[in-house]
Amino acid sequence: MNYEIDVTVPAGSGWAGIVKRGQRFRIVDLEGNQAVDTLFYNAEDPADRYSAVETIAAQRNIYLTTGTRLLTENGTVLMRIVGDTCGRHDTLGGACSQESNMVRYDIDKRYMHACRQTFLKTGVTVDLDKRDLAPNVNFFMNVPVTPEGKLTFEDGISEPGKYVELEAETDTMIVISNCPQLNNPCNAYNPTPVRVLLWNP
Amino acid sequence: MAIGLTDLQGGANVAALFYNAIEPIERYNMPDTLKAQHIARLTEGFVIYSDMGRILCSISKDTVGWHDPIGGMLNDGQVKAKFGEKSYQEHRNSWTQSTRESVMLELTKHSLGARDVTPPLNLFSKVQVDETGAMNYVAGNSPPGGYVELRAEMKVLIVLCANHHPMDDATVYAPKSVKLTVKRVEEAAPDDKCRLSRPENGRGFAITGRYRQ
Repeated sequence: MNYEIDVTVPAGSGWAGIVKRGQRFRIVDLEGNQAVDTLFYNAEDPADRYSAVETIAAQRNIYLTTGTRLLTENGTVLMRIVGDTCGRHDTLGGACSQESNMVRYDIDKRYMHACRQTFLKTGVTVDLDKRDLAPNVNFFMNVPVTPEGKLTFEDGISEPGKYVELEAETDTMIVISNCPQLNNPCNAYNPTPVRVLLWNP
Repeated sequence: MAIGLTDLQGGANVAALFYNAIEPIERYNMPDTLKAQHIARLTEGFVIYSDMGRILCSISKDTVGWHDPIGGMLNDGQVKAKFGEKSYQEHRNSWTQSTRESVMLELTKHSLGARDVTPPLNLFSKVQVDETGAMNYVAGNSPPGGYVELRAEMKVLIVLCANHHPMDDATVYAPKSVKLTVKRVEEAAPDDKCRLSRPENGRGFAITGRYRQ
């Protein structure tokens, strides 16, 4: 396979790029149980961006898997999930931040690295800033909701080599933060690298 | 200060968005609100977090029991598909409007725009998730007279739109009215329910208190 892009993104680092309509994009969880926080934008108009709530409400299911269409706030279809060896992915858990770590774990944990730091640092390379951050997808992350309305963070269901593959229906800008979180089981307390692939099928 | 919303007929839905009124770059963060409190519904004793770890509002009173943070906002395409389109020319003020359009217009009045839109908190509505992840809209969640009170924990800009929930089963466009009251209330006491409901919220109030002083 001739990949247009084939990069390894270490935990705590980011990646940004454009996937053109018809192109395929794959994220491989190299070592297993690694949350990959991902944002999507209409490349022509980044204000028209991925909407977690539009996406789950349209398919009437909170989990993302094969067949899920990633929708923007205006209802534009950005991408479709066309392959998924993990089984389900989260879009309610958002991205960790220094500020939310202070609330969730300890006020003194502000210094710890977090996804929103990576989103800001990576986003600025493609002209995005804090206003452009919206609720993201967490590939390979497991966040069940109960009928009583409880939200829980469970151990991941991903394993080494599992992947998710998307096809672009609209030229889509993608921004990734490979999650550095050490305070909860979303990365099995051991954040690891992922591989990002982009090609013309 | 607090705002109180009363569902007059029952079955209302009010989309609510929240911003720091002084620096609106700080705004409601749905995932942070959910994961800090381990919830996918909001009711009395819970709070609404910003993306800066601070509490914008707390839910100081609620007779309804479930307000939906995950069902989304009625957009133009959904209005067309669910109800058909009624123009202003023909129908005057009985025309159809999407929540998204109304919210965008209100945001524009404060120099905010599409990049500032967040998921709404759908007051009075319930979306239940089953073991498979399926989302089901639960009709009749809010009775006539249902009341919820949002206490401001900082100077907050609140955008409200009373309109259909995007997942409701209505076939006729008929947004229901709510009564809005604004009143002075006591600040959250040391033993306030919202402060004590979770250790996370104790820290949230502490962080918010530092900001306000």
